[in-house]
Amino acid sequence: MLDTLASLEFEPFILSFKLALVVTVILFIISLPLSWCLSQSRSKFKPFFEALTALPIVLPPSVLGFYILIALAKDSPIGIFFKETFGISLVFNFTGLVIASCFYSLPFMVQPLQNGFEKLNKGMLEASYVAGKGKLATLFKIALPNIKPSLITGLIITFAHTVGEFGVVLMIGGSRPGETKVASIAIYEMTEAMHYNTAHIYSAIMVIISFLVLLSVYIFNGRFNRAWESK
Amino acid sequence: MIQIAISKKLNGADGDMMLTLDTTIQRGDFIALNGKSGSGKTTLLRILAGLEETQGSIEVEGVTWLDKKINLPPQKRGIGFVFQDYALFDNMNVEQNLLYVNNDRALADKLLNLTDLGGLKDRSTQKLSGGQKQRVALCRAMMNSPKLLLMDEPLSALDPSMRARLQDEILLLHKEFGTTTIMVSHEPSEIYKLASKVIVLENGKLLKEGTPKDVLLKRSGSQKFSFEGEIIDMIQADIISVAIISIGQQLVEVVLSAHEKEKFKIGDRVNVSTKAFGVNIAKGGGR
Repeated sequence: MLDTLASLEFEPFILSFKLALVVTVILFIISLPLSWCLSQSRSKFKPFFEALTALPIVLPPSVLGFYILIALAKDSPIGIFFKETFGISLVFNFTGLVIASCFYSLPFMVQPLQNGFEKLNKGMLEASYVAGKGKLATLFKIALPNIKPSLITGLIITFAHTVGEFGVVLMIGGSRPGETKVASIAIYEMTEAMHYNTAHIYSAIMVIISFLVLLSVYIFNGRFNRAWESK
Repeated sequence: MIQIAISKKLNGADGDMMLTLDTTIQRGDFIALNGKSGSGKTTLLRILAGLEETQGSIEVEGVTWLDKKINLPPQKRGIGFVFQDYALFDNMNVEQNLLYVNNDRALADKLLNLTDLGGLKDRSTQKLSGGQKQRVALCRAMMNSPKLLLMDEPLSALDPSMRARLQDEILLLHKEFGTTTIMVSHEPSEIYKLASKVIVLENGKLLKEGTPKDVLLKRSGSQKFSFEGEIIDMIQADIISVAIISIGQQLVEVVLSAHEKEKFKIGDRVNVSTKAFGVNIAKGGGR
């Protein structure tokens, strides 16, 4: 057991968290305008976009992974374009993982933010417009600070969900050590190779980290709501 | 001078109706907007603020806010708006709420001191009482020195003594700044105290327009002593019937004749008046 611990590689974990961090940052930047527009929209096309962004929740990760693989593969128009223009490949490397994970985790960022924006007192936004402030100032100075619990939920759930990803990663990244071999893939491989000790330790670490992440979300939101109510 | 000529289709409780208004407001006027709920008062305020689209024209002191080609967004209209639920910015303290509108510390101090809020500058808005929130909302609306101040039932959520106090403060601010003001109000005493002109809407149409005295005191018939109320109960006591009528904050009993008893039911709006020393009650009660 001690031998196993000493020879344990932490690279897959570091890779998992690096991927989650990058994806969370990118998704926050993408989801902020998207969720804001969805929350303010009264267009009849709104359900269409809502369904589209929620699709990754219900689709099997392999389906999503399959289409992303087809779209980004070396001989696809997008793949050829990136290869010729930037000299980079988009599959079976870290870049590919980031792109695929962004699709996969999109609803986990968009939905909490959209929910928060929709629950916001509309009068607050209108008071800001009447005071002469534009949509951008209103979004950053009024809307965003007033949906803090939703914002924190979105960030942490997106991060945790990306850490826990398996199917999409396997389809797009394969298992290249240091490049695409994240923790969930490493556990799969250990099990397949019947290295149960290592698989045990990896899995236990995942359970503990995931639980701590969720616990912090609930503690934070509980405290925040209590502080909010007692104010 | 403000010239308003607008019409908008509304989905009211009793089906669609048209909100149409054609009126002129003088600079410095204090207008009370009155009428039953659903008559289009709030929509009218929102149209003036640019928060709701409509057809027609609005011109304020020579500047066109709305016509066939122009529709000035709320940001460009330079108005103050006091929302019914205050809509304070919860992420900011009292002073920050004011400074967000206009970073003029001197004006913020002046307004906060005028409304007795000087000591609450750093207080979070969520720790304020209803009356205090109301005053912050009022101060915030005055921060951009508005050409037009719009207030949507600003005092409706407050108890009578707080109401009276805030009426004084609204009056004080109006005297100090001379801002043209339109305020939605249901309270005749409030209208009488504050307004220089009353506009009464019914089903989206102008029903009456004039000084509070003309609009509020003149009644049909020759009664001098007349109150509006609602029948909340009808009791059969021995051989006579008694209606319990709620008038303002008070309940009164009125004896009904057999004929009157047939005419009324619980929930009717009525006018209670005296005529030749007898109590007279009549249906209606609409102004």
